[in-house]
Formats: sequence, C-alpha cells, structure tokens
Amino acid sequence: MRTEWRAFTGGVWEREINVRDFIQKNYTPYDGDDSFLAGPTTATNALWAQVMDLSKQEREAGGVLDMDTKTISTISSHGPGYLDKDKETIVGFQTDKPFKRSLQPYGGIRMAEKACADNGYTIDPEVKKFFTIHRKTHNAGVFDAYTQEMRDCRSNHIITGLPDAYGRGRIIGDYRRVALYGIDRLIADKEEQKDTTRTTMYSDVIREREELSEQIRALKELKELGNIYGFDISKPAANVKEAIQWLYFAYLAAVKEQNGAAMSLGRTSTFIDVYAQRDLEEGIFTEEEIQEFVDHFIMKLRLVKFARTPEYNELFSGDPTWVTESIGGVGIDGRHLVTKSSFRYLHTLKNLGTAPEPNLTVLWSTKLPENFKRFCAKTSIESSSIQYENDDLMRVTHGDDYAIACCVSSMRVGKEMQFFGARANLAKCLLYAINGGIDEVTKKQVGPKFRPITSEYLDYEEVMAAYKDMMNWLARVYVNTLNVIHYMHDKYSYERIQMALHDKKVTRWFATGIAGLSVVADSLSAIKYAKVKTVRDENGIVTDYIIEGDFPKYGNNDDRVDMIANELVHTFMNYVKGNHTYRGGIPTTSILTITSNVVYGKNTGATPDGRKKGEAFAPGANPMHLRDTHGAVASLASVAKLPFKDAQDGISNTFSIVPGALGKEDQIFTGDLEVDLELALNEDQK
Amino acid sequence: MTGYIHSIESFGTVDGPGVRMVIFLQGCPMRCQYCHNPDTWKMAGGTPMTSEELLKQYESSRNFYRGGGITATGGEPLMQLDFVTELFEAAAKKDIHTCLDTSGVTFHRNDPDYLKKIDRLLDSTDLVMLDIKHIDDTRHKTLTGHSNENILDFAQYLSDRDIPVWIRHVTVPKISDETPDLYRLGRFIGGLKNVKALDVLPYHDMGKVKYESLGMEYPLKDTPPMSKEGAVAAKKIILSGIRDVRTGLPDRYCSQN
Repeated sequence: MRTEWRAFTGGVWEREINVRDFIQKNYTPYDGDDSFLAGPTTATNALWAQVMDLSKQEREAGGVLDMDTKTISTISSHGPGYLDKDKETIVGFQTDKPFKRSLQPYGGIRMAEKACADNGYTIDPEVKKFFTIHRKTHNAGVFDAYTQEMRDCRSNHIITGLPDAYGRGRIIGDYRRVALYGIDRLIADKEEQKDTTRTTMYSDVIREREELSEQIRALKELKELGNIYGFDISKPAANVKEAIQWLYFAYLAAVKEQNGAAMSLGRTSTFIDVYAQRDLEEGIFTEEEIQEFVDHFIMKLRLVKFARTPEYNELFSGDPTWVTESIGGVGIDGRHLVTKSSFRYLHTLKNLGTAPEPNLTVLWSTKLPENFKRFCAKTSIESSSIQYENDDLMRVTHGDDYAIACCVSSMRVGKEMQFFGARANLAKCLLYAINGGIDEVTKKQVGPKFRPITSEYLDYEEVMAAYKDMMNWLARVYVNTLNVIHYMHDKYSYERIQMALHDKKVTRWFATGIAGLSVVADSLSAIKYAKVKTVRDENGIVTDYIIEGDFPKYGNNDDRVDMIANELVHTFMNYVKGNHTYRGGIPTTSILTITSNVVYGKNTGATPDGRKKGEAFAPGANPMHLRDTHGAVASLASVAKLPFKDAQDGISNTFSIVPGALGKEDQIFTGDLEVDLELALNEDQK
Repeated sequence: MTGYIHSIESFGTVDGPGVRMVIFLQGCPMRCQYCHNPDTWKMAGGTPMTSEELLKQYESSRNFYRGGGITATGGEPLMQLDFVTELFEAAAKKDIHTCLDTSGVTFHRNDPDYLKKIDRLLDSTDLVMLDIKHIDDTRHKTLTGHSNENILDFAQYLSDRDIPVWIRHVTVPKISDETPDLYRLGRFIGGLKNVKALDVLPYHDMGKVKYESLGMEYPLKDTPPMSKEGAVAAKKIILSGIRDVRTGLPDRYCSQN
C-alpha cells in the first residue's frame, strides 16, 4: 500500500476510483457527545477578526470590495492570495487576494460586464471585444437557438430564473478524489477512459472524447494551482491537513471557473474524518489542530464570492453561493455515518460564529445517534444556521454517498449530476388557462390561443380541463427551453474540473421546478368549494377575482385541498416526462423557491385564491402566509402529502419558530425532556 | 360522547414530553389573575367534538408525535371529566401517551362516585401536569378566587396512587415569588413521592391582548413580567425546600422548629 494510505483498510477503492468504498472500509462511527470539541485557536480568532473587518469594508463599499476586470478567471489564472500566510493552515483564494471577485465571462459577457458596471467597475475593453467577436459565450449560444415562443415565455415570466445568462451550477465534483488519489492517478484514470471510448465517430462519441480531453487538461491545471501555493498535489494527501487542503484546491478550481447558481461542496466530513482519526491515533495532530484546520477550511468556504448583478441578488434575496455540505446520514449497511468530524464541521458555527454559508446540511435520520441529534438541536438553537433534510427518504433512491446541491437537490457524488432548470410558474399558467393564453399583466398572447373561460363564475371542471391543456403546453416549451440551455452550457461553458471529478458514465438529472404551488392549490380549492367570480378588463381579460364563501386552504391537513396539490405535482410531472430531454436527462422536479418566490409573485396577476396582483408567493411548498391556521403539525402534514416520487429533486418548507416555543429552557429541548428532579437537586447542591 | 373544545394546537412543545397535540377544553372555574386564556373560562361555548374525531386528527399526523402524545388542558379539563376519561381510554388503547394538565381545583374526596370516576381517568393517564399556584391559602384565594385545599389534596392523592407528576409553578413578582412561600412550596413537593419534574415559569403578560379584545380589565396591569433569572432563582428556593424535607431538616422559616 502507498505510504500515504498507511493504516487504512484496503479494498476495491485501491484498484478503482471509489471514494465510497474507502469511506465504508475506514470510517469510525461516533456515538459520543460534543465534549471532545476544541474552541478556536488564537490564529483562528485573529484571521476571523481580519475577515470581519474586510466584510465591514465590503459592506461600506456598497457590497463589493474589489473586482478583477481584466484577468479571465481559470483554474491557474491568479497568483497566490492570503489573509495572513503565517496564520492560515488551509490556503487559497479565487483570485490573488481575498474579497476580490473574479471575472468569469464564459456564461455570458453581458452579465459579466453588467456585474462590473453595476458595482462601479469597468471591464477591460479587450476582454469585452474578445468575448463578443472571437469567443462565443453560453448566453450568446442560447439566444441563437431560442424560438420566439421561448423568448416570450421568458420575458412574460411564466418560465423564470433560467440559467441562460449565468452559470447553471448544481454540479458537485467529487473533490475528495483529489485528496485520496492525487491528481496523477486521476489523470491516468481519465486517459484510460479516453482510450476506451467507442471508436465510430458518432457526434456523442466525439463530444465525449473532447470532454475527456478537457477534463484531463483541467486536472493538469489543478495540479498547477497546487504548485502556485507551494503544494504537490499530484500525489495522495498524507495527513488530515493535506486531505483538507487537496480537497479545497479541487473545490477552489471549480469556483474559479464556474460562477454557478449553486456551487456545492458535497459530503466531505466523514471522508476527512478517516484521516483525522488516523492522525489522532498516531499522535500526528491534536484535536485543537484538527479543529483549526476545519475552522480555516470553513472560513475559506465562507469567503467564496462571485461577481453578480443587483437583479441576480434580488432574485435570490442576497448573494448566495450555496456551498452546501451534507453531514451525517445513515449507511445502507445500517451504520450511521456520523463521525467526530461531523461535529467538528457544525462546531465551526460556534468557533467562527453563525453564517449562512457554507450551507451546513444535516442528512437527518431517525437512526442518527442520540448525542448527535442533541448537538444538532443545540447548535440550531444557538445559530439558526443548520439545514435539515430527510435521509430516510433520499437514501432509498440515492444510496449513502449522495450530497445535496444548492438547497435540496440530491445526487450521488461523482456519479450523478444535474441540469439545473429553474422553474415554471404554475400560478401564472392557471391564469393563462382562464385567459386563453393571454398574459394577465402584459396582455400579450404568450401561450397558445386556447378557448378562454368566458363565464362569470368559474366552474371547477371547466377550469381544470383548460388548466391541464395549458400545463401540457407549458411543460413542452419549458423542457425544450432547458434543452437549448444545457446544450449551449455544455458547449460554451463546460464544467471541466467538476466533470473530471465524476465517473465516465454519469447519470444526468434533468431538473425542472414548480413555483406557486400553494397559490394554485388554494385557487382550485376556492373554485371548487366556494364561488369565484371573475373581474374582467375592457377586453374581457380576467384581471381579478372575487371569492364568495369559504374554502379549504392548503396547510391545514385537509385532504380536500391537499390532494389537489398532490395531484397537481403528479400531473405536471407527467407532462414534463412526455418530452424529449437533452443528453438522456432523467426528468425530476422540485418545489423549492426559497427566495425567488417574491420576484415570481411580483410578476403574476391576481389569482382565484384571493392573492392580489404582485403579492409574493409562499416559499417552496409552504402554505400561503397566514392561511395555515391549525398549527405547525397540520401545516407540515399538508406539505408531507406532496408526492416525493414526482418531486425527487426536492420539496422545501421554510419553517420559523422562536426558540422559546420549542421548550421553556434550553435544557428541556437539548437535554432530557423529562427533567430529572434528582439531577436538579444534585446540581443545585454543587 | 361530545366534548367542548376551545381550540387545538397541533404542535405543542411545552405541555408535556415531546411534540404533542394539545387539546384546550372549554370552561374553567378558576379566575387566575395572570390567566392568559380567559377566553376558555366560560362553560358555554367551544366546538363540540367527539373523542373519535380528536384521535382521527391525531392519527393523521402520528408521525410527528413520536415521543410525544396528547395533552388535555384548558380551561380546566376535569370540568369535562367523563369526556376526558373517554378520550384518554381510547388513546391508551392506541398506545398514545396521555397527559392531563390540570389545576386539580375540582378534586374532592367526599363523593365516592366522583372518586371512582377520578380513579378511572387516572388509570389511563400517563402523566399529570399539576399547577400549584400558591402554597399559602389566603394568597391562593386572592390570586385564583379559590382555596388551594383541593389542589394540595389532589397532589397527595396522586402521590398515593403513584401517578407521575410534573409540578408547575408560575412566579409573579410580589405575588408568588416570596422566599418563605417558595420554600414551603418546596417542602410540600418534597413530601410527594411521584414528582418527576419541576417547572418554574416566569410570569409574562402576553395575555393582555386577549383581555383587551374580550373587553375585560387586565387584573395584573401594574405587575411587570418576571425575568428568566427570577424564575431560575425561585426554582432554587423551591429545590432547597424539597431537599430539606427529604433530608429531615427543619423548616428554615418557621420559628417554632
């Protein structure tokens, strides 16, 4: 065995690229509590103080501290950058200094130019010229191929948030591979893949060979990135510090080349723990040192920044990078995957203070160890920064080495990727069904000229029939728009380093999304159970609705409306599936507009549920604001009725609760629910 | 049988262990000055519901209640004794954890038929949350309009029957936060053998709004809320009383000892 792999249990992972096998053979499940954790070191505190100071400067400067306007960002485009070289145990920034945003024009030169201009910077004219005349971008490609219908759907916001002018993201490279195998082995593997492609040059074979060549080139550049910072990452990492550093370099390479809508990290904590555990046992590093490496690593992830426009930030209500890290979960052999490093990652929320990024996501299972559950609950109360997802649900289809991209999209690391597809506005689609394809805001004929509803009062059967036809149309134009987008993204802004850290044969999820689910469910319920009167403008277009009587509302555990929502997801998904998808993508859908629901609502007219024109949609699969009147469980039960098999890309529910409502004392929630009186008596005597 | 339900909280986290379905029953004889649910006082009113309907609602969300259960509160649930008994018996058959959140004020021993009914309810009750508002009877009367005699007797009865109990006490500035009272409350609790937990809550004035909307005057309008630290301090005093009585030490605040 290689010296870097000393003391590891061997297996298939030695002979083939197989990180999961390595983890399964070598990880140490941890059932204990959080008492072993170490606080921040002096260096950590000093570095974080520096970061806080730079963040303050950045805010004062209006949101951006520095931008690169000349050097096109590639994996090895910039020299080394540091906060404080002597104090940092994990190094590397996207450019040659922290807080300086990189220039990434491959998604679209106009977006890159605007991102600079809106923040008070001017892009180098030579760069602009080059990417306008000599080098086509993803954005330019897409608009060459879009049909008029696609453009209309886009500009009237029935399909929104499309990744046609910016990076699609949502692809997670298996960054762990770099740490475990070193670059040379990965290159050799890719060379072998290239040597074994089919030999008759169909267009897909040509594309595959070209992509593999790009991947190999990217791996070589990644090796160079290591050199820039003084590391030889051609060989496997020899200890936990190197493992984190190698892994981070791989991730850094990805964010140097792709300004993706979500640039998630994967599932790294238990992998890293194999090294940490060995180094602890061999006395190479102490707990304090290991926590410091983790803290510095997380600090770097918090400082991933992209050049973006104010519109983009408005759509996502902030400047998110979605550096999602998936923690915990349970293995298919029944052992949970919680290790000490799962604790260490979450502990950064205490050592560095709370932060939205990286998006630390606990893969929750009823079978997680009790001590870890308590630690999660405690950390959630203290930081409000942990995301939870249902591992018991996702493990069934994705196994035990999947990770979450963005907020809910699950994929097997290094084996599956996703074509991110934004979302279709199903609420607007209902209005198109009523108005015969005419947009209720712009009054343009956007959808097909189907027969509109002309009655004064809406009839459920009639509306449903019209709605299904309109959804079928929407699904077709939506999927085809995405086909164009992903074809062009692969062609002009290919994620070469991320795909280099995937297997040769990759499963592609073709993600679609739904916005406005609860609006439509309530609208249809109102039409069915109350009376909904239409209000028309001078041209007979329905612009508002008057509801007479009451109706069941989604979010109250009432099957009459909950099953409408369930049926909607199922029906729309069936229509999506009826279309050809690019590159054999397997259609999925998500219900997860966590932030963009505000913008979608803004562009949608009044709806039959009583929602006013421009009013925000509920986020994700949430019930509409204030309509869930039976408490949280009833609200959650409604959401839980949505069919996961039809929405495998994820269903999100945003849930806020004041910590006090979870228990009267912190102790009651994180500790024993039945507070033992004897214990309290003893403690009181201390 | 029909019960009269004031409201249901599907996500109760403070009225017993785990996540619970909390059923607020209509009607209460007490008139506690700090009551934050004065809308539950009236005996008339409430939504008529059967225990089947309530349990059906529970079952439809059963996955959320693992480790939790049902809590009957109010109002005063013992005002609808027969209904709560039916509900708890049906729940027990389905292995649902039952918690009775009561003031105990309606308890009395002078009617054997009534005692039989109480016994029957307790047979299917997993936990009682007993609210002791004041250990001093005179002050208890001022605070609630009733004597605490039945309440303390009920506590003793539960102890004799060995029904698990969580004791709750709300500390109100200048009304129920004085050291000798708290200490004696502790001594009383210390004499019980079934107490599993002690919950000392700081008084809050979030009920004020309800009084306004009901057109009622808020009795404690001049009393400030109790701080969290104040409640922690009160708990310590109560614990000292419990400890003293259990270790055979005399009453610190009684000169005759």
